[in-house]
Amino acid sequence: MLELIVISSLNGVLFGMLLFLMASGLTVIFSMLGVLNFAHASFYMLGAFFGFQTSRWLGFWPALLIAPLLAGAIGAGVERYGLRRVHKNGHVAELLFTFGLAFVIEEVVQIIWGKSPVDFRVPSLLDFPAFTIFSTNYPAYKMFMLLVSVVIFLGLLIVLKKTRIGLIVQAALTHPHMVGHLGHNVGRIFMLVFGVGTALAAVAGVIAGPALVTQSNMAGLLGPILFVVVVVGGLGSLSGAFVGSLLIGLVQTFAVSMNGSLSGAFGPLGPAYASTWLSDIWGVTIAQIAPIMPYVLLVLILIFRPMGLLGTRDT
Amino acid sequence: MSEITASAAPPLPATAEKLKFYGLWAAAAIALLLLPRIFSSGGSLTTFSLIGISIIFSLSYNILLGQTGMLSFGHAVYYGLGGFLVIHAINIIGANKLPIPLPLVPMIGGLTGLLFAVLLGWVSTQRSGTAFAMISLGVAELIASSALILRTFFGGEAGISANRTKLLRVFDWNFGPQIQIYYLVAAWTLIAVIAMYALTRTPLGRMCNAVRDNPERVQFVGYNPHVVRYLAFCFSGFFAGIAGALAAINFEIANSAYLGALQSGTVLESTYIGGIGFFIGPIVGAIFVTFLSLGLSDLTPVWQLYFGLIFIAVVVFAPGGVTGLAMMHRPLLKAGTLMRVLPSYLIALLPTLAMIAGFILSLETIVHYSVNPGDDPHIKAFGVSFDAASPLIWVTAAILLIGGYLVARKTWTWVGYAWDEATSVAREKGIAA
Repeated sequence: MLELIVISSLNGVLFGMLLFLMASGLTVIFSMLGVLNFAHASFYMLGAFFGFQTSRWLGFWPALLIAPLLAGAIGAGVERYGLRRVHKNGHVAELLFTFGLAFVIEEVVQIIWGKSPVDFRVPSLLDFPAFTIFSTNYPAYKMFMLLVSVVIFLGLLIVLKKTRIGLIVQAALTHPHMVGHLGHNVGRIFMLVFGVGTALAAVAGVIAGPALVTQSNMAGLLGPILFVVVVVGGLGSLSGAFVGSLLIGLVQTFAVSMNGSLSGAFGPLGPAYASTWLSDIWGVTIAQIAPIMPYVLLVLILIFRPMGLLGTRDT
Repeated sequence: MSEITASAAPPLPATAEKLKFYGLWAAAAIALLLLPRIFSSGGSLTTFSLIGISIIFSLSYNILLGQTGMLSFGHAVYYGLGGFLVIHAINIIGANKLPIPLPLVPMIGGLTGLLFAVLLGWVSTQRSGTAFAMISLGVAELIASSALILRTFFGGEAGISANRTKLLRVFDWNFGPQIQIYYLVAAWTLIAVIAMYALTRTPLGRMCNAVRDNPERVQFVGYNPHVVRYLAFCFSGFFAGIAGALAAINFEIANSAYLGALQSGTVLESTYIGGIGFFIGPIVGAIFVTFLSLGLSDLTPVWQLYFGLIFIAVVVFAPGGVTGLAMMHRPLLKAGTLMRVLPSYLIALLPTLAMIAGFILSLETIVHYSVNPGDDPHIKAFGVSFDAASPLIWVTAAILLIGGYLVARKTWTWVGYAWDEATSVAREKGIAA
């Protein structure tokens, strides 16, 4: 039991930090531009595939740098030449633009790399067990993933709290119009934030690619969970996104490792109708419902706290 | 008081206007009746049935997006649940020989959609705007993933099927042949379209528009925007359920794809491409997108990419959709200045088409090299065969794409000038542009 708790907490924190890498960019973009980037998970996928391709040509370490830069440049281009044009048509048009973009990116990835998973391997330098805990080998690569996400998290924190750019971004989180009135080049800040946000998502893609499956449906699988994270945490709240990421990461990892079911808990009390179509509800294990746990959490949060955990703005 | 009513309420329609209005619906009914006489092949009947289903679904979606301003990414939930319940209902009715004929069965789908909209809607519609969009996405994922877990009811990946011909017969129709299904779908389409149009004319429909435009003001007037959104959501779920039921009857099967994100995305795209600003927009969109997806898939293997690009192009260049573009010309037509714009369109059309042709040529070549580089380079796309390996084709594509773009940019500025001139003349004549 202790083993399960320790390992699941480690995995949960790891998954949560990965989610936060993406949710942070998504939140900052949403707060500043007022548009939720539906294609954010697509940039995560682009990061993974760019990382895969570059690691074939140049090795994993250059890929860790080049893939996010490339994805970030594409993101900045999308903001400059796409979103900015659509902006005058309102937020719905902007959201729909990113929705169409997500669709197109998935199609393009399918055309270039195919529908089946690509062989994106853990670099040999990190392909060893970091430590053994309760007879389970914990891979060094996962520790590396955790390290990268924590370093980026701390870096973001320092940039946001200690630098001038961070100050402007922070101000724009709550008072986007005032920042514009103060004479900052809002257009350029937007482009920068969009580029950095998508690059962060791509970093998550590159480091998650070898550990998870790099496939053309990875954006479709992760995207909805990402949006659950930002709604649960509170739209537009960076600390909310952090709490939401860790919460969803832990909930999902713990759910996967549990095997209990209603029939297991109340086996002898099984009602007669448990053998009809209700048998699915009766017999399903917690591990099997792990994929829907984030959405259940979303509905619960909406019932009891519609603003999200740390949300304040009603946007 | 009566003075205020007299000045605020629009004048009662004249007899001629009434005739025109009812004549339009009668004409639509006659057209639906005569359509299978003109195109009687099985394939076209299937296409018409699909279009009818898509029209109901898109219009029900537009109750949310166009009329109440709620962007939903999970509308297929109510469509799919309606479909599943109807398949189960047909099986139960058939097994127990209940006296319910097939034409009434879509009502079961509608009530299912309504029931789930009532259940899920209150939570979903608490917030509007972006939050609503994300919530609808989350709820849709919840239902779609649950459908894969509850295998006995939803039939897992394979879905569940039914036999529609075993129900109580009326007028000796067994609904086996496609022509009878066509008439069933056509009748329900007409009923649903009339009902949804009537809904837009009710006070509730007007309040929906008010909530879309200015929810704060609605609160000041004394309405609760949440309740208005919730009611709109319920109506929308009801009609989506009818569409899902007709789809289930048409295919005699319901599977998890009915509920999925792709289905939700398709209805969003067809509604938006058609135009959300006008009642007729989603109808146009449903017809256009159904033909587009059927036609494009024959022409090119990467048709979904083209579909996505068309959608992005509509969002960027024509936010009013196809109908919005057409309706923009109405004041010009009234003022008689349409002829000033048309020549500039013709001039602009040529380089634009050249640009598109160059784009398609280069895209197909790139696709050929990335998907099957070892194959024969003589490929065929959009009915045209060409050699993807020849440098001549590459140069042609580049010239068409770049040259077309440069010339098209110039010509579209001219279109802008001609447009401004024509609209200012229309405005001088007192016609609002």
